[in-house]
Amino acid sequence: MRRTTLLGTALSLCAAVAASGCSVFDPPADIQVYSARHYDVEDAFKEFEEQTGKSVEFIFDEDAALLERIKAEGDDSPADVYMTVDAGNLWNAADQGVLEAIDSPALDDAVPAEYRDPENRWFGLAVRARTVLYNPNAVDPAEFDAEDTYGGLADPKWSGRLCMRDSQEAYTQSLVASLIALHGEEGARDIVQGWLDNDVQIMSNDILLIEAVDAGTCDVAIVNHYYVARELDEKPDLNVKLFWASQEGEGTHVNISGAGVVATSDNKADAQELIEWLATDGQHDFIGGNHEYPVNPSVEPDELVASFGEFTPMTLDAQAYGENNAAAVALLADLGYDG
Amino acid sequence: MTPLGRPAVRLLGVTKTYGAVPAVDAVDLDVLDGELVTVIGPSGCGKSTVLRLIAGLERPDTGAIVLAGHEVAGPAGFVPPERRRVGLVFQDHALFPHLTVARNVAFGLDRLERGRRDARVREVLGLVRLGDLAGRYPHELSGGEQQRVALARALAPEPTVVLLDEPFSSLDETLRAQVRAELVGVLRETGTTAVLVTHDQTEALSVGDRVVVMRAGRVEQTGTPQEVFERPASRFVASFMGDADFLPAHVHPERGGALLTCEIGIVSTLPGWGGTDADVEVVLRPHEVALTAGADHATAGAGVVTDVEYHGAFVLHTVRLTSGRTLRSWQPHAVRHPVGAPVTASVVPGLTPTLLRGDRAVTSPADVAGPADGDAAPRGRSTLRS
Amino acid sequence: MTELATTTPSRAVRRVPGRGRTPWSVAVVVVALLVAAPVLAVLVDVTRGSAPAWPRDLDRMVVTTLLLMLGVGVGTLVVGAGLAWLVTAYRFVGRDTMVWLLVLPLAMPAYILGFVFLSTFDEAGPVQGAVRAVLGDGAGLSVRSLPGCVVVMSLTLYPYVYLLARAAFVEQGPRTRDAARTLGAGRARTFFRVLLPLARPSLAAGLALVMMEVLTDFATVQYFGVRTVSVGVYSVWRGTYDFGSAVQLASLVLLFALAVLAGERMMRGRARFTQPGRGAPSDAVTLAGWRGGLALAACLLTLAAGFFVPVGRLAGWGVQRFASDGTASIDARFGEYLVNSVVVASLAAVVCCSLAVLIGHAVKLGGGRVVRGFAGLTTFGYAVPGAVVGIGTLLFFAAVDDLVEALGVPGGTGLLVTGSVAGILYAYAVRFLGPAYQAVDASFAKVSPSMTQSALALGAPPRRVLTRVHLPLVRPGIAVALVLVAVDAVKELPVVLLLRPFGFTTVSVWVYQLAAENFWSLAALPALLIVLLALVPVVLLFRQVRAVDEGARRGS
Repeated sequence: MRRTTLLGTALSLCAAVAASGCSVFDPPADIQVYSARHYDVEDAFKEFEEQTGKSVEFIFDEDAALLERIKAEGDDSPADVYMTVDAGNLWNAADQGVLEAIDSPALDDAVPAEYRDPENRWFGLAVRARTVLYNPNAVDPAEFDAEDTYGGLADPKWSGRLCMRDSQEAYTQSLVASLIALHGEEGARDIVQGWLDNDVQIMSNDILLIEAVDAGTCDVAIVNHYYVARELDEKPDLNVKLFWASQEGEGTHVNISGAGVVATSDNKADAQELIEWLATDGQHDFIGGNHEYPVNPSVEPDELVASFGEFTPMTLDAQAYGENNAAAVALLADLGYDG
Repeated sequence: MTPLGRPAVRLLGVTKTYGAVPAVDAVDLDVLDGELVTVIGPSGCGKSTVLRLIAGLERPDTGAIVLAGHEVAGPAGFVPPERRRVGLVFQDHALFPHLTVARNVAFGLDRLERGRRDARVREVLGLVRLGDLAGRYPHELSGGEQQRVALARALAPEPTVVLLDEPFSSLDETLRAQVRAELVGVLRETGTTAVLVTHDQTEALSVGDRVVVMRAGRVEQTGTPQEVFERPASRFVASFMGDADFLPAHVHPERGGALLTCEIGIVSTLPGWGGTDADVEVVLRPHEVALTAGADHATAGAGVVTDVEYHGAFVLHTVRLTSGRTLRSWQPHAVRHPVGAPVTASVVPGLTPTLLRGDRAVTSPADVAGPADGDAAPRGRSTLRS
Repeated sequence: MTELATTTPSRAVRRVPGRGRTPWSVAVVVVALLVAAPVLAVLVDVTRGSAPAWPRDLDRMVVTTLLLMLGVGVGTLVVGAGLAWLVTAYRFVGRDTMVWLLVLPLAMPAYILGFVFLSTFDEAGPVQGAVRAVLGDGAGLSVRSLPGCVVVMSLTLYPYVYLLARAAFVEQGPRTRDAARTLGAGRARTFFRVLLPLARPSLAAGLALVMMEVLTDFATVQYFGVRTVSVGVYSVWRGTYDFGSAVQLASLVLLFALAVLAGERMMRGRARFTQPGRGAPSDAVTLAGWRGGLALAACLLTLAAGFFVPVGRLAGWGVQRFASDGTASIDARFGEYLVNSVVVASLAAVVCCSLAVLIGHAVKLGGGRVVRGFAGLTTFGYAVPGAVVGIGTLLFFAAVDDLVEALGVPGGTGLLVTGSVAGILYAYAVRFLGPAYQAVDASFAKVSPSMTQSALALGAPPRRVLTRVHLPLVRPGIAVALVLVAVDAVKELPVVLLLRPFGFTTVSVWVYQLAAENFWSLAALPALLIVLLALVPVVLLFRQVRAVDEGARRGS
């Protein structure tokens, strides 16, 4: 009696699985995207489908995991497009031979050279800046070192006033990797050591950083600009101000979200079309409400972001980001960054 | 001895080794149909393993086991316990706690159709006089009742043999004798073949048709209770199956036979030992030693009482002889020699003594030919069987 | 003398042929190999690469991991066993509700908890803000630390110990307790000297689960800035793009797990834990007045920290969002996600529990060290980070695919894994057989060998012994196992993220997508739904436990 009920339950569950969203039984979409980016891509893909009649489906996971999935699936992999939220990961995927070089005049036009692979295996689609946020009650922006703002935070005058992200976060790693590219490993080490000497308080989330600056428990934090935009969007009276770092020097640290065509794709033409569309007509749909900067210089950023003012970005060298990332991780670990 | 039928259980040279230690070493054993055999020995002697081998819970390394004429373990293969038709009764009863008494008993009867099953359950529960507790759960029963349910459950499928592994040792002293009597009564009443493992000498002797004494994986002696108690095959059996003291003794040639003497005098004559002259040891059990008050150091058996234990009907006296050896003696409760009192020990008349040469019992003059070789005496494989 | 030859033990030790049942033993070996396959696949894959580059602060990571394990171990033991005893031995107002409410912190996904806790309790959060408002500006207390992490993990992982300890206390024969009490032991002494030691296999099993969680947790520790070896795994993988080194570091996590399991066996000791008699804790003492209030307060305080506060905070965000723009991120598709979660979690629970019972049954039938060893092997998946299990599954099925293709089947098995939920279920079996087996095995440990042997001797073949004796006797363990797996599977993330087919989204994936981009107000309501979802098996479990209690009480 009990056994039959159990068996029945199991069988009906199996049937339920089969019925519910097992896409083996659905015809696959024209283009399949492995995306580490989730925000609003779905709407962008829908818009693409409406405009071109080509359907897109995607799965979301972290850059590294998706890369391993593509590699493990090998020739069977359905992936046509690999989309990441970090230049280093794009470089790494290309370096591992997962991405195919494509020849696209449209992309050459739309994406500035520093935001795409010299060999055309990947293309940036949205730009974000990691810069300084301060509490105007506690900080006079003149206090910042306008030439090397990140390095300047190592100055003892910031002692006890700093908050930053943890070393586990790619944002931190990427920033330190770019500092290594600028100042060499020794120079970058001195800067990070200086932050630590200033008793920098480590937090595990950019939102927490913004809240801390707002609450005044930190005077200064390093954050992604779009989190600030998003928070201000919801709570316009936040007591925080953005400062564009190193404007009289190398510029503000930036990183990109981007995509490339997967080498094992069996639909490279459509995959390329999708990337081209995202970099041109689809820029607004791709960025959606996420307050990033469009990579295409002919597309305007949204109003709130525009209110932050123009800034000079640091030159993005994906290979340096990628190659220095390991050194950055080691450096942060060496110095006991996370305490 | 009552005439018994064919063997229900037969072990032929069965050996079972755990790692390097033989738990059961080349054991031969026959249990006849309807017979109740007790297996006894100190802990670790392999007695429980013998039971587990018969039940099929262990697979023998070598040898064969035959149940009711069918080989269940041996060269021909191995029959798992569920197809052996053996009943098992454990010390912890092992009743299924989630089933009522009736369903516990019915567990082994699933091949019967319902009506006959219910009838059989009623029958065996009636046998152990628990018919009115059929609906209870095990935890609602006393220890003795649980044990009776365990037996009823084992008996219900009419097994070839019922195996009982120290079934009474979890019961308290007062309950034990009563439950034992009841259980043995049921076994006899139903003519069930049974093997009962115990470490209790009294139990082994009082319950068994035959007693198997085991030591270190081997059978030391098999025999009726009288045989193993009165004519132990070895020093081990003699001392394990009851209190025993050992005194050096000598066989003297006498007219028409031989005479056995020891420190406390003449033990007995030895008919058939004519002309033998040999050193032996004699086994003396406390009830075979008589005491008289007073001692003269010139006479045999002189000694001093060193300990007195009052056991109710009898009083156990310990006596140190002139040689320094001690002897124990049961005396009626009216006789009490105080500690320190001089006494004279002697052997009660009419005794058929057990003689030892080395560690083995000797029963004929041929056994004592040659020098006594205490340590090298065959401790090994026992071939003594009744 | 020939006798001497036989008395000298033979040097050549013969392997004892197990008295287990070949089909059942073979089944255990097969299950163990299937569970081990993904991990082996990963290890084989990475050994092809270069020498591992291990993080430079590995020694500190090891120390941190050990400290965290110790802290959380003690914490969960005190909280879990203490509360289990409180609700089993005493009756007080609200006890019947507390019995199951106390399991709820289990339902909180780690990737939500870390953020919620920090945003609530850290310096800038409302709690310290309120304190500052009352006491004036003082030095803030940073919660983001190892002790903070120990407290939070203890408060959220204690249900593992609580569940298994309570099952043990309920199963404990009343006679044992009565015996202890009649021997003059007081209530407290009975608890510490008799009942707690008797519950050792269950406590050990619960603790082992906690340790595995601690070992493989990445989300919570990361939030608290506690660099365990698992954090190191991700740090190497994501930070240096070196998957090979990351996996080799993950095998260090496995070593820790090995130590945990060895510790568990040791803690179980050689003692046998079977006891005669079962029954309800019929002598529960009623606590009236302030003492009852105190007991209730202890439960509520634990729940407040580990459950109510995070839930309240989530609810607050959700309401805030809803009030501001009317969206709560729960749309029509969310129903589909919900169904997906429920189906996958239920299937995973059924699969894991069936396998766990099969293994426990086979071990009970005997088979010796070999079968027991393989049975132990099946629990390792729990100690492997989910992402590694996921990739191992991909690699393993890719190898199978190649093999099938090599055998002449065109196209091989195709995308058997990522084309369907089969891959997710397989990986869940690998990952969650551990908790299922721990729970079931703790119940099996209380079935005396003589029970199994009696059943066999009564003519029941192993299959009937399973259905008629073992299954009914280990039902409490099965119920616990079902809940553990179902709850774990509902909130599981790395595996489902990695192995799901296109279009297959579960609630936890949805919540993570929102949380990953810091849309906490949007993630709040779906996250609460995960908690609600986890409530279902919990409530079912306790209904069943109550039925068992009453069943045992019925006759007396």
